[in-house]
Amino acid sequence: MPESYPFLLHLAIFIPMLFGTILLLFSGSLGEAFVRRIAFVGFLVPAAVALWLWIAFSPDPVTGYAFLSTVPTGLEIVDISLKLGLNGISLPLFVLAGVVGFAAGFYALVSGAERLRQYLALLLIMQGGLMGVFASVDVFFFYFFHEIALIPTFVMIGIWGGRERHYAAMKLTVYLSLGALLSLAGLIALYVQSGASSFDIISLKAALEGESISEVAQNYTFALLLFGFGILVSLWPFHTWAALGYGAAPTSAAMLHAGVLKKFGLYGLIQIGAPLLPQGAENWMYFLALLALGNVIIIGFVTVAQRDLKQMIGFSSVMHMGYCFLGLACLSAVGVGGAVILMFAHGLTVALLFLLGNCIYRRTETFDMREMGGLARNTPVLAAFFVTAMLASIGLPGPGLANFWGELTVFIGLWQYREWMVIPAVFGVVISAVYGLRAVGNIFFGEPTEAFQSASKGKRIPDIQWHERTPALVLLVVLILVGLWPRSLTDSIDESVSPMYRIVVPGEEASVTGDDGEFEAVSFERAEGPVSCCSPPKRGPAGGL
Amino acid sequence: MNDTLSPFKEIAASNQWSAILPEISLGVLALALLVLEILFPRHRRKLIPGVAIFGQLLVLFWLLLFYRDGGGFLGQETFAGMLFHDELGQAMRVFFLLTSLLVGYLGTITLAGKPLPKVEFYHITLVVTAALMLLAQSNHFVMFFISLETVTVGFYVLVSYFRHQSISLEAGLKYLILSGVSSAILLFGIALLYGIGGSPLLAGASDDAMNFGALNAFLKNHPENGLALIGMVMVIAGVAFKIAAFPFQIWVPDVYQGASTPVTAFLAVGSKAAGFAVLLTLVLKVFQPMEAVLVPVLTVLATLTILFGNIAALTQRNTKRLMGLSGVAHAGYLLVGVIASLYVPWAQGAVLFYLFVYLLASFAVFGVMAHLSPEDGTGDELEDYLNLARDRPFLAVVLVIGLGSLAGIPPLAGFIGKVLIFIAAFQAGLYWLLGVSIFGVVLSIYYYFGWIKTAVFREWKVAPDDEDEQEAPRREHREIAPLARLILGGLAVATVVLGFFQGPLSDWLGRL
Repeated sequence: MPESYPFLLHLAIFIPMLFGTILLLFSGSLGEAFVRRIAFVGFLVPAAVALWLWIAFSPDPVTGYAFLSTVPTGLEIVDISLKLGLNGISLPLFVLAGVVGFAAGFYALVSGAERLRQYLALLLIMQGGLMGVFASVDVFFFYFFHEIALIPTFVMIGIWGGRERHYAAMKLTVYLSLGALLSLAGLIALYVQSGASSFDIISLKAALEGESISEVAQNYTFALLLFGFGILVSLWPFHTWAALGYGAAPTSAAMLHAGVLKKFGLYGLIQIGAPLLPQGAENWMYFLALLALGNVIIIGFVTVAQRDLKQMIGFSSVMHMGYCFLGLACLSAVGVGGAVILMFAHGLTVALLFLLGNCIYRRTETFDMREMGGLARNTPVLAAFFVTAMLASIGLPGPGLANFWGELTVFIGLWQYREWMVIPAVFGVVISAVYGLRAVGNIFFGEPTEAFQSASKGKRIPDIQWHERTPALVLLVVLILVGLWPRSLTDSIDESVSPMYRIVVPGEEASVTGDDGEFEAVSFERAEGPVSCCSPPKRGPAGGL
Repeated sequence: MNDTLSPFKEIAASNQWSAILPEISLGVLALALLVLEILFPRHRRKLIPGVAIFGQLLVLFWLLLFYRDGGGFLGQETFAGMLFHDELGQAMRVFFLLTSLLVGYLGTITLAGKPLPKVEFYHITLVVTAALMLLAQSNHFVMFFISLETVTVGFYVLVSYFRHQSISLEAGLKYLILSGVSSAILLFGIALLYGIGGSPLLAGASDDAMNFGALNAFLKNHPENGLALIGMVMVIAGVAFKIAAFPFQIWVPDVYQGASTPVTAFLAVGSKAAGFAVLLTLVLKVFQPMEAVLVPVLTVLATLTILFGNIAALTQRNTKRLMGLSGVAHAGYLLVGVIASLYVPWAQGAVLFYLFVYLLASFAVFGVMAHLSPEDGTGDELEDYLNLARDRPFLAVVLVIGLGSLAGIPPLAGFIGKVLIFIAAFQAGLYWLLGVSIFGVVLSIYYYFGWIKTAVFREWKVAPDDEDEQEAPRREHREIAPLARLILGGLAVATVVLGFFQGPLSDWLGRL
């Protein structure tokens, strides 16, 4: 493997941050065109690196990681160093961060925001942090980069946000800081108790293989991680910041936060929490599954009640996090693998929805869906985009969308875990369909309402334009690519997930779902036949609507 | 007679003056300033602050480059056991010198154009700094008390330096009275320890029970002696006044508000750090045998300090009071580090790291405050920060970085400081304090970000009748001097760089 790959990870993290800092510091003295160009490069580099590494990914069989590199920063006393690398779980999210970051950044470039330089600078810093979150092997830096990405959200909501932005910004920050600090306490607890000689995941894993933590300590530590990360992922009932924040956030910030940053908590639980604290995870999972059903059902109904398009998208993203949690709750390779795919697909979908939502807003000048109608007459292409995104979000096996494979595998995993839970979970899909299709109907079809007609009187409403179409296409293409060819991600996910989580062989479910909490040691030899987490579909359903 | 005087004879004979050269040079500099004021013609006197700052810079470089080993006295007692020179003292010397430099610089801004004596401000600052250095290295309760009182007396003057303002005089009076009370408590504690430690009725009694080493040896034999315990608690209470720990924080809001900005900064950083240097020495080297009582006392102190500081700061609208009360909360986190250092040796380094990043962040914030209200001490209300980002973006960026670091937000240095303390606390098994600290940090996010929000977010009134947005009037444009840009920018950059790359500071602390 070429030596230069680890260097690419640093590039993907620090180029956006560096450019963002330059824009902040010299915002007065740089020309407009130069600012746009440098920001474009700043958004392009991580995306290009992410795609390149996706192709070049071939993990080391011992650690499961590729592109490993370590840079000491001066915290050797507590064994912290900047260790970067990717494994099969972090790769999809790294790609997601790159792609969504590029789309959000591109849209911000042409958004015509006031004080554009500062806006771009904050987005770039956020982008750098996001790349860092998923490239970090060191647990400390994993957390560190998350906070770097989080703080610009606060400022962006506060300055460029919509209604109630001050309240939303404060609420979001206090809530997320609480979640972050709880998870930090959990991570520190994990490190101290493991007795590992380093703060990185690989060493923690090695240390815990030798001597695992006592069950009581595991319970406490996992609770810290679960609730800390849970707040960050808007686990019911800690979700109240989410829709409010997304409703107030500017589009690009909402895309990045809902699409990528929110996955931090789930990623932390999947990559660190559950594998390293297996008993604690086992004991908490039933409770987690119940809360996750709260996400699916309760928030599902809340979403149905929304009249504001942006709020609705925000709540729907909270709701879909429930499926990811359900996948994790199975603690099986199938469920967790499905959760990872769903995180990837959902990130693209929700970013696309926020983007299209803003496109709609620019044409209707309102987010209130009751005041819209008949938009498809003027904007057929926008309508097509939106319908596709909505179908993806619902999880229909439509034109080869990746969400479907995610939800399907989560349901399979859930069936093996607790059969009854599949019923409410599938019912959630129906709820999604209700609000999704109703939104499509309200916005695009039917007769235009009077309010809408008077608002748009005399103006010709343009269809989706190139600067809106480009980022939307980027997101959609990746979504469909993975939808049609899930193997491009599932193989590497499978390879990473299988050694960490138990593998359920059909017909053996009973012993696994038993309450003895036994954690089956799993080796690669057993991972054969129908056990692989998300074996590629025999045949994707015919595309096209 | 001979016995009583012999320590002084030894001091005179030992001739170890080179061990305290930094302190002496500061004292000489302080005197030289007064002489220069007499010698210089009137129009030249403007140069004196420059001389003071330049002189301190020289001392700082010399300290960093040629005096790293403490003049060869590192790890030794000097002046018949009055002083003990260790890495902690050496680091604190640099710390206090930096503090004094920045205070002097803030003084040039705040004092400019005021009908107040200028030279005396620098003189007192220098003397206080020298005393702070001695305090951090004291190894004997006599030395400890004398340098502490030197510091306190200097602060009496400094706090009420703006003598034409009644608020400043009020602050001075409050500081005088409450500080006097705390000194009395401290002295009583010392007397009890000395009395019991020197009692010939008890085994292991020492002739020189005020010496930290001798007292420690005595306490090892009698860790449960009631009088000694009371003495210890009283001494801790006296120090708690310096670090503004609950319930000895009562003076903080009023005094911080009344004092001029450089003095507030000096109190918030210098005085507090000195308290912690002393506390580390006392806890680790003197009272350590009485751990069974010491740790609960400190735990209660830390818990209440964190909770009180953060909760009281939540409702403050005056920035100086806010800084004061949030500083109380910081004292609480640092106390957690001090307790942890009883069990985890490297926690002492974590406390030092925290102090240094606290210095950087605090002076960034106080620097912005000094720039915003240079005239008459008004302009410290939160409302005065509205639209700061629009009108004076540079100051806004520095403020945001400073406050973010104080709040412990990555990637700023303050976060690293907090994480180090948390890890140390975890390794020491202080779960309760860890939980309290995390609760406190979440509370602090609210008021620090409230301040940032005021300064950065555009004021936007959502009136029910939805009038057009009312833009607040712009504040008059004031050019920021290049030197100010350099210093404030330097503080901000250092805060960010240390957040990413802790090597420079941790290496330096480790090498000492």
